[in-house]
Amino acid sequence: MDVLMSDILTALIRIIVVFALALLTVAYLTYLERKVIGHMQVRMGPMRVGPHGLLQPIADGLKLFFKEDIVPTEGYRLTFYFAPILCLVCALILFAVIPFDAKFMISRLNIGLLYILSIASVGVMGIILAGWSSGSKYSLLGGLRSAAQIFSYEIFLGFSLMGPLMIAGSLDLVKIVEAQSVPFIVYQPVAFVIYLIAALGEINRVPFDLPEAESELVAGFHTEYSGMKFAYFFLAEYANMIIVSAIATIVFLAGWKGPILPGWMWFLIKMFIFIYFFIWVRATFPRYRYDQFMRIGWKIMLPLVLANIFVTGVVILFIGGY
Amino acid sequence: MYQAISPYVPVLILILLAVLFGVVTLLIAWLVRPNAPYSEKLSPYECGVEPLQPGKLRMSIRFFVIVLLFLLFDVEAVFMYPWAVMYKPLGWWGFIEMALFVIILFVGYIYAWLKGALEWE
Amino acid sequence: MSYTEIFFYIFAVLSILFALLTVTRRNAVHAAICLLLTFFFIACNYVLLEAEFLAAVQVLVYAGGVVGLMLYVIMLVRKDEADEVRQSLGQRVIAVFIAILFVLEIAFISLLAYYGNYSGFLSSKMAQIGGNTESIGAVLYTYFLLPFEVVSVLLLAALVGAVVLAKNRIER
Repeated sequence: MDVLMSDILTALIRIIVVFALALLTVAYLTYLERKVIGHMQVRMGPMRVGPHGLLQPIADGLKLFFKEDIVPTEGYRLTFYFAPILCLVCALILFAVIPFDAKFMISRLNIGLLYILSIASVGVMGIILAGWSSGSKYSLLGGLRSAAQIFSYEIFLGFSLMGPLMIAGSLDLVKIVEAQSVPFIVYQPVAFVIYLIAALGEINRVPFDLPEAESELVAGFHTEYSGMKFAYFFLAEYANMIIVSAIATIVFLAGWKGPILPGWMWFLIKMFIFIYFFIWVRATFPRYRYDQFMRIGWKIMLPLVLANIFVTGVVILFIGGY
Repeated sequence: MYQAISPYVPVLILILLAVLFGVVTLLIAWLVRPNAPYSEKLSPYECGVEPLQPGKLRMSIRFFVIVLLFLLFDVEAVFMYPWAVMYKPLGWWGFIEMALFVIILFVGYIYAWLKGALEWE
Repeated sequence: MSYTEIFFYIFAVLSILFALLTVTRRNAVHAAICLLLTFFFIACNYVLLEAEFLAAVQVLVYAGGVVGLMLYVIMLVRKDEADEVRQSLGQRVIAVFIAILFVLEIAFISLLAYYGNYSGFLSSKMAQIGGNTESIGAVLYTYFLLPFEVVSVLLLAALVGAVVLAKNRIER
């Protein structure tokens, strides 16, 4: 009984630490993004609230908290509330299996990677429901586009992880990291590039932010959302960005492994390299057209990623001497 | 990691906590936020003009084809995970099996391509 | 009652509840949401059975894929058509017949599993390997080779069917 209680207590402490840090990081990611893009465009970014605008995310959060909540007349109230909650929950519970260190994670599952992919695929439902329940043309168009995009790129994301999985021989994220005496980015450069492109599509970031496409669709699926419900979509989007970076770190850059510094520090450094990359891409690239985007996915990335799997397979078998 | 509990118990706790966070935050916000609706504010966004027709649009069938393709390749990926994990023990035999599996599906993919299901003009 | 049993009953009751809501809701989208939750709770029960891979696939393919497809189709048709319409295809007799057949099938399998001795061979094989996904991989690609390859033909048929159905619309 004591073991049981202490286990649950350990789990609770870990959950609360990760949960709080995740929310804080997500909040400050918005600040980081505005600052980085600001400096890339020779602006200062947010400067008003606190020194160098450091309190900006808190001010933003408070503002959204006290904003009026609008449900459009054409909308469906129940689904309209359900959608952002679904999005947020699906994004936040992905943190459950991320190993920040050899020891520190909420839980270690045998099917860690599959857990993330499957929960992420449920998160898309939130976007579809949001687009549908708003009762606005722009929301509906955004939702449809967004869902087709995320569905497609989910496939390529899954396939691009297949090569590393074949080498590591496990879906357990800890074992995947332990299998990397040399980071898999060396063995799997093609899969790595495809993963990054697919990840950009999956989390709706520039240059693949077609669901939002402010110049065409106002704001896509969350056009009609305001206040806290809008904040939920925002949080979910940035949480997904962190998760995608964390997976890239774990699968391709050997996770927490590294000399001198403690493991969690290496993990965060590598993760923030990816996050910085996503922000950098946003400041650099224009948006793709929808037909171009779909062509890249279905006509180039899909054959390429399947070829990568089989080339990896042949090489493994020849080197392994089977 | 944990001795007495399944590794899924913390995941369940996290799910409950996340749902609780989502619902409770909305409830608290509902208590403190202003509420002054009027019909113009509640009408769907349409660049400031009267909405021409409510959000009812007929969509291109291509979207549907893409989602169907997604479902099929999703199933293919699901079959690939256990294969990839057991790849080294299965050896050449496993390689040939999966090659056959993918080639059969690839025929369908090429068919879809030639019939123009992947075009977005 | 052990903790596992308590959790089993919670998840079982919830999945049955949402399954019932799925078939009784008039609003198609609400029904789809209930179906999503049904699939999720069934996946929870798979986890209790230590069929982790199956649980993940249940969420990935059914909750993520199939419900997504349903919601998508609901979105593609006009909203007022999808909403609050009493839909009846006049297939009630067939539906009841299939339901009875299904119940009988499940009863047959449960009786077989309970009285027969069919669990030995594969479970001992799987226990050697350890890890749910790994053992499924080991068994599926050796003992169930032919069904596995037949699945790809099935998927091919579905793919061709989808393209043929949509082709007329694309060309129009």
